Amino acid sequence: MAYDYAPFPYTPPAGLTRPEPRHPVVIVGAGPIGLAMAIDLAQRGTASVVLDDNNVVSIGSRAICWAKRSLEIFDRLGIGKQMLAKGVTWKVGRNFHGENQVYAFDLLPEPGHKYPAFINLQQYYVEQYLAERAQDFPDLIDLRFLNKVTGHIDHGDHVTLDITTPDGDYTLEADYYLACDGAGSATRKRMNLPFNGQTFEEHFLIVDVEMETSPFGNHDTPERWFWFNPPFHNGQSALLHKQPDNIYRIDLQLGPDTDPKEEATEAKVIPRIKAIVGDTPFRLDWMSVYKFRCAKLDRFVHNRVIFVGDSAHVVSPFGARGGNGGVQDVDNLGWKLAAVLQGKAGKPLLESYNIERVHGSAENILNSSRATNFMTPKSPIEALFRDQVLHLAADHPFARKLINSGRLSQPCNLSASALQTPGAAPIPPGTPLIDAPLYDTQGPTWLLTAAHGGFTLITASALHLPDIAGIARIGINQSADYPCYRSEGGHIETRYGTDKIYLLRPDGHVCAVFDTADPIAITAARDRALGAML
Amino acid sequence: MILEDKLGPDADSFYTALMDTHAGLTEAESHALNARLVLIFANQIGDLETLENLLATARQNTPS
Repeated sequence: MAYDYAPFPYTPPAGLTRPEPRHPVVIVGAGPIGLAMAIDLAQRGTASVVLDDNNVVSIGSRAICWAKRSLEIFDRLGIGKQMLAKGVTWKVGRNFHGENQVYAFDLLPEPGHKYPAFINLQQYYVEQYLAERAQDFPDLIDLRFLNKVTGHIDHGDHVTLDITTPDGDYTLEADYYLACDGAGSATRKRMNLPFNGQTFEEHFLIVDVEMETSPFGNHDTPERWFWFNPPFHNGQSALLHKQPDNIYRIDLQLGPDTDPKEEATEAKVIPRIKAIVGDTPFRLDWMSVYKFRCAKLDRFVHNRVIFVGDSAHVVSPFGARGGNGGVQDVDNLGWKLAAVLQGKAGKPLLESYNIERVHGSAENILNSSRATNFMTPKSPIEALFRDQVLHLAADHPFARKLINSGRLSQPCNLSASALQTPGAAPIPPGTPLIDAPLYDTQGPTWLLTAAHGGFTLITASALHLPDIAGIARIGINQSADYPCYRSEGGHIETRYGTDKIYLLRPDGHVCAVFDTADPIAITAARDRALGAML
Repeated sequence: MILEDKLGPDADSFYTALMDTHAGLTEAESHALNARLVLIFANQIGDLETLENLLATARQNTPS
């Protein structure tokens, strides 16, 4: 069944008839990033207005691969379970050269995690779930569809926005303006900010087809299949993914000398799909022809205007680092902006969002550019090396490591950031928490679920965690005056060790580790994570 | 001879550096560069038995 693109309701905003009081946060763009941002802030008690010039979820599947770390963040935002239930779970990728498999990888070989390495789920479902979740915060999230921002001015201590609606124009004032307006960000263009990087000359055709019979053949389990020199397509590469509702994503590399308008027609696309699936009946659900770009802003924070997601950085899709990178932006900014607006931290904390996420997006751009370069050789010599790597890979493990069909999104490591207190532990500062199964009086649960949302101390040692205002405590295999859990299967002991105390930031990154339960050192590390040293 | 991975996490960085070294060269210049690279790498390896094994392995993998 094709997705039902039901429109969201439009209500004439209050600002049309009388000036509205200044809002703490205005979010421009109600895509997955803008909506997730509003929910994260609402869960921390910070209100926002979300403006979008449209009134439906995004058309076409677009971002489909959601990485484990993103699912863990969406779990915190309240839609993780729903995404997992609807999504197609996969963890095995296979690379083919011609007809032959040259290399397969398993992204999550170990058990004991609430979420898998990846699920595939169309972006429109994610936006729908987020929009529904946002309704849980009627006092904190003000969703305004068909509200198009036409201009904005940063006045130093606040921003004013000019907005057009079907019923006329109005203005809003906000302490902070979050530009979640996507790759073509109108905010970025208005501010004339350079958005530099690499454009790839190759065109790629992206098609969603609905079909009852799996094109994966006899494989029951959905996987990620990538072909170099596919036998069914006269081009450099092809990629196949399964999505829910029997929809399959097919990416075909078309080369630089193609006419994108001509290629995005049924007359051209249907024969290309038939070459893959043969006579199996299918329905075309969506198609698009792209050229990819890897680019980012030099800075994501421009005083009162903060860029989040694709407005700040774009990548080629190989590695699933676009949407997943944006979700990590949200995770990083939410607690910081709420802390600044609530007077728990100074404005310099926002600069740490800039530093940490510029670092994260640079890593994403590096990896996705390398993958795209590998699959789109720019010269005969590059093609020669690539083909010989693929050839050697049949026999030699070292060559398999050089095959690059996308280095899939990994959680960003923030060990170099000044918010972390340096230290050594099995999970060192800067690393996001690693999930593990737990057990409490209610039954089985997860560390991820237990450690949601605030500064949290965790230990699987015998050390008694000190009571510090504003810091939650989790004891493993302890009996104490704070929440305690039993370990399931020994995973948490293996992953965290049995002699350390960990301090998690509200976004779940380890920011400090301790060998003793010293409240002064723990408080200092918490204050440092809130920007005391910036 | 089966060649295990020795580049570890630097595999992608090495490959990128190799492509960058070839950037802007004509095909003939690239072939000459490759020849120089083989000679330089051989000298760096510096062990005849290893080199003979590597030469045979590369030759065996000639695409048919």
